[in-house]
Amino acid sequence: MIRIGIDVGGTNTDAVVMDGTTVIAGVKAATTGDVMTGVVNALKAVLEASKMEASAIDVVMIGTTHFTNAVVQRRDLAKTAAVRLGLPATASLPPMVDWPEDLKVAIGGVGYLAHGGNEFDGRVISPIDEAELLGIAEDIKSKGINTIAITSVFSPVTNDFEKQAGEIFAKALPGVHITLSSDIGRIGLLERENAAIMNACLRDLSKHVIEAFRKAITETGIKGRFYLTQNDGTLMDAEFAEKFPVLTFASGPTNSMRGAAFLSGVADAIVVDIGGTTSDVGSLHKGFPRQATVAVEVGGVRTNFRMPDVFSIGLGGGSHVVETGGAIKVGPTSVGYRIVTEALIFGGTTLTTSDVVVASGRYDLGDKSKVAHLTPDFIARTQARIMSMLEDCVERSRLSPDPLPVIVVGGGSILVDGPIGGLEVIKPNHFAVANAVGAAIAQVSGEVDRVYALAEIGRDQALADAKERATEAAVAAGALRSSIEIVDVEDVPLAYLPGNATRVRVKAVGELHVG
Amino acid sequence: MSDKGYILKEADLHPLSIGAALLGTGGGGNPYIGFLRAREVFRQGATVPVIPLEVLTQDDWVGEVGGIGAPVVSAEKFEQGDEGTRALAAVESELGIEVAAMISGEIGGANAMEPVITAAKLGIGIVDGDGMGRAFPEVQMCTFFIYGGGVAPAAIADEKGNVVVYKHVIDMFWLERMARHTTVDMGATAMLALPPMRGDFVQKTAVPATVTQAVHIGRTVLKARKARKNVVETVVEETGAKLFFTGKITDIRRHLVGGFARGEAILSGLGDWAGSEAKIAIQNENLVLWVDGVPVLMVPDLIVNLELDTGEPLTTEVLRYGQRLAVIGLPAHDLLKTEKALEIIGPKAFGYPDLTYNPLEGKAK
Repeated sequence: MIRIGIDVGGTNTDAVVMDGTTVIAGVKAATTGDVMTGVVNALKAVLEASKMEASAIDVVMIGTTHFTNAVVQRRDLAKTAAVRLGLPATASLPPMVDWPEDLKVAIGGVGYLAHGGNEFDGRVISPIDEAELLGIAEDIKSKGINTIAITSVFSPVTNDFEKQAGEIFAKALPGVHITLSSDIGRIGLLERENAAIMNACLRDLSKHVIEAFRKAITETGIKGRFYLTQNDGTLMDAEFAEKFPVLTFASGPTNSMRGAAFLSGVADAIVVDIGGTTSDVGSLHKGFPRQATVAVEVGGVRTNFRMPDVFSIGLGGGSHVVETGGAIKVGPTSVGYRIVTEALIFGGTTLTTSDVVVASGRYDLGDKSKVAHLTPDFIARTQARIMSMLEDCVERSRLSPDPLPVIVVGGGSILVDGPIGGLEVIKPNHFAVANAVGAAIAQVSGEVDRVYALAEIGRDQALADAKERATEAAVAAGALRSSIEIVDVEDVPLAYLPGNATRVRVKAVGELHVG
Repeated sequence: MSDKGYILKEADLHPLSIGAALLGTGGGGNPYIGFLRAREVFRQGATVPVIPLEVLTQDDWVGEVGGIGAPVVSAEKFEQGDEGTRALAAVESELGIEVAAMISGEIGGANAMEPVITAAKLGIGIVDGDGMGRAFPEVQMCTFFIYGGGVAPAAIADEKGNVVVYKHVIDMFWLERMARHTTVDMGATAMLALPPMRGDFVQKTAVPATVTQAVHIGRTVLKARKARKNVVETVVEETGAKLFFTGKITDIRRHLVGGFARGEAILSGLGDWAGSEAKIAIQNENLVLWVDGVPVLMVPDLIVNLELDTGEPLTTEVLRYGQRLAVIGLPAHDLLKTEKALEIIGPKAFGYPDLTYNPLEGKAK
C-alpha cells in the first residue's frame, strides 16, 4: 500500500510518501491561509521527490490543527443550539455555563434543558417528551440556527434518548446538523457536552475544509481515499471527519509521537519533539501516547478529550542563548522561523542554540566561521544547560523507574548530544517529518467507557462485553477485523457504590481496511 | 444576629473552591461543580453573610447539608438545584423550627460549597466554621458528632423531589448505612441534611473561621499565580502552612479496602531534601508523612500535596509516578486533638497502632 501522510501545522505543511513501512520521501512546505494551496504544494513536492505517479497513491492521511485554531481564534464558528436531556437533574447548571464569554457569544450561546436522561445503571431519569422537543425545534428554527448538539445524562451508558431526540429534530428541521455527545466523549457531563457543542459549531467549517482537502487531492491527480487523524492517533474517513471535526483536536503532538515510535521501531519510550521554539515531551506506551488524566482545556473550554499528556518547554533550535552573571540562559525566547536570517551562522546577529551546536563541530549548518569566537568552555556550559533542561522534562514524563529509551524527533533534534539523564537516545531517520509519518501510519480504533455492576455479571464477563463492544466500534470505523488488538483496558472500582459498580474503559485498534 | 462578620460575594467563590480543595488534604471531592452552582445562584443576585462563631446564640438554629454519593456520578448527573433546601426543609418541619444559618460539616473539598448554595437560596448566612477544618472519609469523623451532636432527624433528597426522613436513628453508623443505601436508589447522588444544631453547641464544637481560612488560601494561590510568583513558597509564607518535604514520586501503590481507596506514595527528595526519602500513607485523604523513616506529620494535622511548579493541590487519585510534589502541613485545630477526638481521627483510628499523635506545631524548618 502506497500512502501519503500530511501534517498541516500553523507554520509548515509536511508530507511524506510511504510504501508499506518504508519512507520514500519527505518534504516541508509553507502552510497557506487558504490551507488548500499549501496542501497542493506539499503534495506536488512530495510526489516529485518520491518519483511516484499520483495514480500510484492508495490513501492520503491528513493531520490538521485547523479546527483547534478556529476555536482558539474564535473564527468561522456557526451559531449553535445546545440541547440537554436530563430534567429534573442537572437544571442547576445550563449548557456552556463555564465557557469564556467571547466564545459563547461567537456561537450564539443558545442552550435548552429538556426531559430525558438515564441513571448510572441505565434506569430512566424521566421519559423523553416529544412535544417539549418540538417546541425547542420551533425556537431553534426561529433563531435561524442549523446545527444542534444533543447531550443526555449518562449517554455513554445508553444513548437511546440522544438518538430519539436526534430523529425528532431531524424530522422537524430538515437539513439541520446534529451532533450526539455519546459519539464524542465519555462520562463527565459538562466536559462531554462542551465537546459536542464545539463539534456542532465547527460543522459548517468542516464541510468547507474537507472539501478543500478533497479538491487539493483531486487537483494533484490522486484517486485514493483520504482520511483525517484524530487526537488518539487513529483515523477517521473524510465523511466521518466532516461530521466530527472536534476529534482532530491535538492530533499534531499525537502524530509526531506515533511517527517517532514508528521510525525508531520502539513502542515504549519517551518522545522529545524539538521544534524551533519549544520542545514537546510525552511518553509512548505500546506505540501510543499516554493520555492526560485531568480535564484538558481547548480555547478556554474544559473537555474530557483523549489528549496526549505532553509537557512543553521553551527550548528549540532557534532559542536565544544569553550569558548573564556567569550563568547560561537558554530560551524560552526564540527567533522561531526567522532563524534562517537571524542566527549567527546565517549571517544574523542573534546567538541561538543552533549556533552553539555548529560551533561544537557536531553538526554542519550555515557559515561555521561566524561562530568561531565561541570558547570551548562556553560551548560546553551551553550544552550542559540544554541537556539538563531536557533531562528535567524527560524525568517528568517517565511513568516508571524502568530505563526507557528517549526518541528525539523534529527539526531541532541536532541539539541533543549523548544520553539524556542516563537514558539511551535514539534519533531515527526522517526525524524532521515524524509528524507526517505519524499521520501516514495511523490506525483505526474503537473505544467504550461504561459502568458495569460486577455483582450482577462478574468482572470477566464485563471485560469481555466491553472488549466486544470496542472491537465492533473499531470495525465500524473501518478497521480490518483480523488485525484488531485490544491496546488498553482499565477498570476502576467506584468508591461508595454497592454492587461492585466499576467503570470499564477499553480501546481496540486495527489496521485500516482498504478496498 | 449581629452585624459582625462580612458578606461573601461572587468573586470569593473561586478562591473558596481553591482553598477548599487544598484543605481537602487529597480527598473531599472536587469542588468545581459546586463552585459553578454557587456562582449561578450568586449571579441571580444572592449574597451570603459570613457569621463568626462568637455571635451565635442559644436561640439560633444552624442547619447542615452535604452531598452524598459517588463522585464520578456527580460529575455526570449533577444537581437539579433545590435538593439541599428540600432536605433541610424536611428536618426543619420535623422539629418545627427554622434555621438561621447554615454550616459545612466538611470544609475540605466539595462540601464546602453546599451550605453556601443552600444559604444563598434561602437568603440566610453561613457560619464561619465547619465540623472538620479539613476532609475525612466518614461522616462521623466530625466534631459535631465527636462532641455529642444528635443524629436524627436527618433527611435525604434527590433531584426528582423524593425526600426520605430518618426520624429515629441509633447512631451515626446506622445513619450512614441507611443514607448510602437510599442514595444508590436515588441514582447515586443526593443531598443529606443532618440534624440542625443550637447556636451555642456550634459555638463550642465547630472548627472556627475555616470559611475565611479557605478564602484566604484561595486568594493567596490566585494572587501568586497572577504575579507569576512561586505558589508553594507564597502559600507557606502567607497561610501558616509549613513545608515538610519536596520530592518526586518514585512509587505508588493502591488497593481498595472496604470501599475506601488505601495506598501509599514513596517520594525521593529534591532540593533541600535531596538524598532523603519520604512515604505518604493514604486513605482517600493523606494520613501520615514519614521522612527517612521518621513520622513527621500525621492525622489529624493536615498533610497537603501541592504540585511543585504550579502549586495545584493534588487529590490522592491523581498521584502518579514522576510527579514532583511539595508536601506542606497545616496544624489541626485543638478540637481535633483531644483524647476523645483522637480516638476517632488520630493515627490509631486509621490503622497505625504504633503511632502516637505528635502535633505539628514548631516541628518544621
